[in-house]
Amino acid sequence: MTRIFIPKDIAALAVGANKVAAKIEAEARARGLSAEIVRNGSRGAYFLETLVEVETAEGRIGYGPIAPSDVVSLFDAGFLSGGAHALRIGKTDAHPFFARQTRLTFARCGIIDPTSLSDYAGLGGWRGLARAIEIGPAATIAEVTKSGLRGRGGAGFPTGIKWKTVADAPADRRYVVCNFDEGDSGTFADRMIVEGDPYALIEGMTICAVAIGATKGYVYCRSEYPHAAKTFSEALVLARQAGYLGSDVLGSGLSFDIEIRMGAGAYVCGEETALLESLEGKRGVVRAKPPLPAHKGLFQRPTVVNNVLSLVAAPTILERGADFYASYGMGRSRGTMPLQIAGNIRYGGLFETAFGLTLGEIVEDIGGGTASGRPVRSVQCGGPLGAYFPRDYFDTPFDYESFAARDGLIGHGGVVVFDDTVDMSRMARFAMEFCAVESCGKCTPCRIGSTRGVETVDRIRQGVKTAENLVLLDDLCQTMKFGSLCALGGFAPYPVLSAMRHFGEDFGPRALAAE
Amino acid sequence: MLGASTWNADRAQEIVDEHLSLEAPMLPILHALQEEFGYVAPEAAPLLAQALNLSRAEVHGVISFYHDFRHEPAGRHVLKLCRGEACQSMGSEELAEDLFTKLGLDWNRTTRDGELTVEPVYCLGLCASSPAALIDGEPIARLDATTLGEAVDEARGL
Repeated sequence: MTRIFIPKDIAALAVGANKVAAKIEAEARARGLSAEIVRNGSRGAYFLETLVEVETAEGRIGYGPIAPSDVVSLFDAGFLSGGAHALRIGKTDAHPFFARQTRLTFARCGIIDPTSLSDYAGLGGWRGLARAIEIGPAATIAEVTKSGLRGRGGAGFPTGIKWKTVADAPADRRYVVCNFDEGDSGTFADRMIVEGDPYALIEGMTICAVAIGATKGYVYCRSEYPHAAKTFSEALVLARQAGYLGSDVLGSGLSFDIEIRMGAGAYVCGEETALLESLEGKRGVVRAKPPLPAHKGLFQRPTVVNNVLSLVAAPTILERGADFYASYGMGRSRGTMPLQIAGNIRYGGLFETAFGLTLGEIVEDIGGGTASGRPVRSVQCGGPLGAYFPRDYFDTPFDYESFAARDGLIGHGGVVVFDDTVDMSRMARFAMEFCAVESCGKCTPCRIGSTRGVETVDRIRQGVKTAENLVLLDDLCQTMKFGSLCALGGFAPYPVLSAMRHFGEDFGPRALAAE
Repeated sequence: MLGASTWNADRAQEIVDEHLSLEAPMLPILHALQEEFGYVAPEAAPLLAQALNLSRAEVHGVISFYHDFRHEPAGRHVLKLCRGEACQSMGSEELAEDLFTKLGLDWNRTTRDGELTVEPVYCLGLCASSPAALIDGEPIARLDATTLGEAVDEARGL
């Protein structure tokens, strides 16, 4: 029977994928055609959603973006055998957006039925875990260390070293905590893989558990992602039934299980110590470090806190070896990074590639410039706490060090594009406003500084003592940068300072004259 | 919110008891209470304090820390409109202002007829399909003033 793939990723649902699926099913029935509809995850080309694919002898043929009103014409064109249609993109894998990618972490995402255990195992699933069990904890940690994998949440700390610290800490029990509090605007890689390939996260966390000797794992999922939480919960039940979790993981005698917990709309809980407080049922207030979570984390026990993307990279590293993974990338940034190209962008979506592409290549070549067709004016990388880069910085290679050298950060890999209608002093105001709304309140620079920052930007925008207030704002930013306890207050100045530095014309008398 | 019921102390106690076997059950209980009643009533604090051996102040501190927990019931329909930078780059702030002018609303306010509450949300992970929102939990994306207005009307049964 012909198989038709229609994504159930929430971004596809948001543009009518369920309606498309219902229409295709009804139309097939009306025409007496037999076809099996598979609801896969998204392949990440969100500009093509709803992307409908048909399995043919020459591979999967894609049609997109498909609206419910296109369905009748698809059947008329004979799409079940790959027939010609205005929205036919040809073989999906050969489409330029996919052909240029290196999909290691997202290899299965969008290809398989997310909760099908046979699909997962059929495309290499559980092999990394089997190898980790076979070679044991020390060799597993050595492999992850050697791969050069760095924390994909944004801080870029070497994952293997974190695992070793936890493994070496004496304790009666240890925890693996997955940070699935993907709060940065412009990022959706964690959501996409958990919706599209949830067993990869289960396998990654279990590999970590084998390495550090943990018996319990928590996934802290943000409440804005109920759809992903539902898919993951279903996957947990099935994995447990099949013996991948529980008291005897893969027949190894090891005991490990995972529980998912929902956040409650606090951005700061993406900070690892605030996350641990929240998991413990408290206010999500940042802890002072030391002690590190690796020594005293969840319930005061040694805890690995890793981002989703760090954990889902582990199965590939174990299965194909550290050298294979490390052969991708540049400098000290090894492996691949799933870029999330978003905002005012023509070809937006998830693009997994080795580190090292320039920002200009990402925005112009891959992203195709703005959706509005107007010139790109600024790009914010790394979420709400990331710097705004001007076009002059389009030659910056995408890696941790190159961005840091230009007072920016790659963070979780989000790239948000703005066209020339953006008012950068308004974006600076928003950065401060966001920090004020989301501050946990523990340290003064962040709690008070962000509110004073909003007021100061307002005065600048009103033309009140502009020169003096610009100096004051700069001074306030330095205080927040160096005096805050965590990255929220410490990095909120980055978008503000970069907007002032690169887009000064939006802060001065000229901006006022324009209004 | 749809399906919300009025506060019931016995039902609330049942919900609390169902979660006591978990490690650190505070947030799961609060989510379950809000799921059941549509908000976390002030009566919940003493109940949780008793069950978890905490002070009422500590429980109140937790409830008031998180944006998700409502202190009073929302309107029959809830629109969560994204204010993240990616959505702003596609005009979400103008979209919100437009809607507010039309309905006489602001963030976290409910229409006079109790039909619609509009809340801000900082990113739904739909950043390559901006602007985006959730209406009664259902995702909608690539919005403009017309499609947003239609979605709101449809949810309200207009």
